Amino acid sequence: MIDFRDVSKIYKNKFTAVENINLKIDEGSFSFIIGKSGAGKTTLIRLLIKEVEPTSGQIIFNGEDITNLTNRMIPIHRRKIGVIFQDFRLLENKTVYENIAFAMEVVGHNARIIRREIPTVLSMVGLSDKANNYPNELAGGEQQRIAIARAVANKPKVIIADEPTGNLDPETSYEIMKIFREINKRGTTLIMATHDRAIVDEMKKRVIELKNGKIIRDTREGEYYNVF
Amino acid sequence: MFSRILKNTFKQGFQGILRNRTMSLASIGSVASVLIILGMILLLILNINTLTLTAQEKFDEIYVYLEDDIGDQRIEEIGNDIKSMDGVLSVVYQSKDYALNKMKEDWGEDGDLLDGFTENPLPNTYVIQLEDITYSEEVLVSIENIYGIEEIKYYKEAIDMLINTSNYVQIIGTALIVVLLLISIFIIQNTIKITVASRRTEIRLMQYIGASNGYVRGPFILEGLLLGLLGSIIATIVVLNAYDYLVGYGNQKLAPLLSFNFIPATSISTDILIIFVTIGIGIGILGSIVSLKKFLNV
Repeated sequence: MIDFRDVSKIYKNKFTAVENINLKIDEGSFSFIIGKSGAGKTTLIRLLIKEVEPTSGQIIFNGEDITNLTNRMIPIHRRKIGVIFQDFRLLENKTVYENIAFAMEVVGHNARIIRREIPTVLSMVGLSDKANNYPNELAGGEQQRIAIARAVANKPKVIIADEPTGNLDPETSYEIMKIFREINKRGTTLIMATHDRAIVDEMKKRVIELKNGKIIRDTREGEYYNVF
Repeated sequence: MFSRILKNTFKQGFQGILRNRTMSLASIGSVASVLIILGMILLLILNINTLTLTAQEKFDEIYVYLEDDIGDQRIEEIGNDIKSMDGVLSVVYQSKDYALNKMKEDWGEDGDLLDGFTENPLPNTYVIQLEDITYSEEVLVSIENIYGIEEIKYYKEAIDMLINTSNYVQIIGTALIVVLLLISIFIIQNTIKITVASRRTEIRLMQYIGASNGYVRGPFILEGLLLGLLGSIIATIVVLNAYDYLVGYGNQKLAPLLSFNFIPATSISTDILIIFVTIGIGIGILGSIVSLKKFLNV
């Protein structure tokens, strides 16, 4: 599904964010990317959504070489990926319903599909009754669930979550993880960058650990700290 | 889907204009000013060119004014002398009476003013048509040596001056217009920047979700286009009305003296409208694109 082949990214200020990354992620899998701040987690995500270009190496996504995409192709590529952020990024002046509708309109879904899809995704995240609330009327965990619903609504092949529980308490984080597990069970590939040790240990999924831009560990059903 | 994208584009585009009214007004004003100045220069050049053409047609002749106290015989001799010169195509004699009548005709209603003269002040005249403009120097020198000639009028210098003026106006005008165009593109670019800034979060989100570049750009381009369009409409109205007034005034006061009519406003109004709207919209769209490239990277 995703294949990084010897990928390096050196930013303009000569900072080497990731170096010689070789990484395969299978379709329908669930992977954690862990590591300290500055280890390269965010760069890896930015490479995947084509926010930055690799300095060298090759990136394959869904059988397609996305190393060099034209500006026109980048939006098409991004529609295959749902991104979830630590700070939710909901539009404050739109209701929950409108936030999801907006995301669907932007990629060109028609009104009928939008009307049909929104109740489904809202019930999946357990917030059917909040459709007409504004984001600031919701708790942090609820806002993140709306963000997840928004990402899922466009039926992406991959969901990338960048520290999705970073602003949430453990109990709420656990709720979020239950939703992710559910989404993953339905076949969506999930990649989650996190600092949250409890979650990683609890989930027993693949753990890819980065340090100074390099992969120093890659274990199936791993834990946050290397037990060996 | 297409109609909804269009609706979104228009809604956001108009909202952009209303959201920062001061900058929008400044943009519209700058586009209008550029076009008004452009219009002034354009109309000036057009009229000078027409004047030059009329002048060339009318005055590509040498007027030889004869002294009043020479007899008919001398007049005829002078005529024959001129006819025999190299490069002279034709020589036509105009008596002073003929000249006065012709002037009365040319002045039309104002011709009555000439009735006040008790004595005809106009001279007897030979009008010389040259085979070619290159003979002018030669012929002029020869005529100067003939006895009984009061004055020689030749308009080549005046025509050259007109052509020179027209060239200067064109050069300075073009430079001025280029500078003004750049300024108004810059102002529009800043106006759009404000809209971009106020919608930054939304736009970043749209980009992450995978909105096409066109979908993101559309409203901003439309905003620029509308600013340019409004500016050009204002400029068209101002320029055409001002020009119409000036032409009315000019034709009344100046035209009889110059024997020249200004280009009427009605005959150029469509051209001006098309030129202005095209340039106005061009400035607007260009300003938006520059702004988007700079601040949005799309």
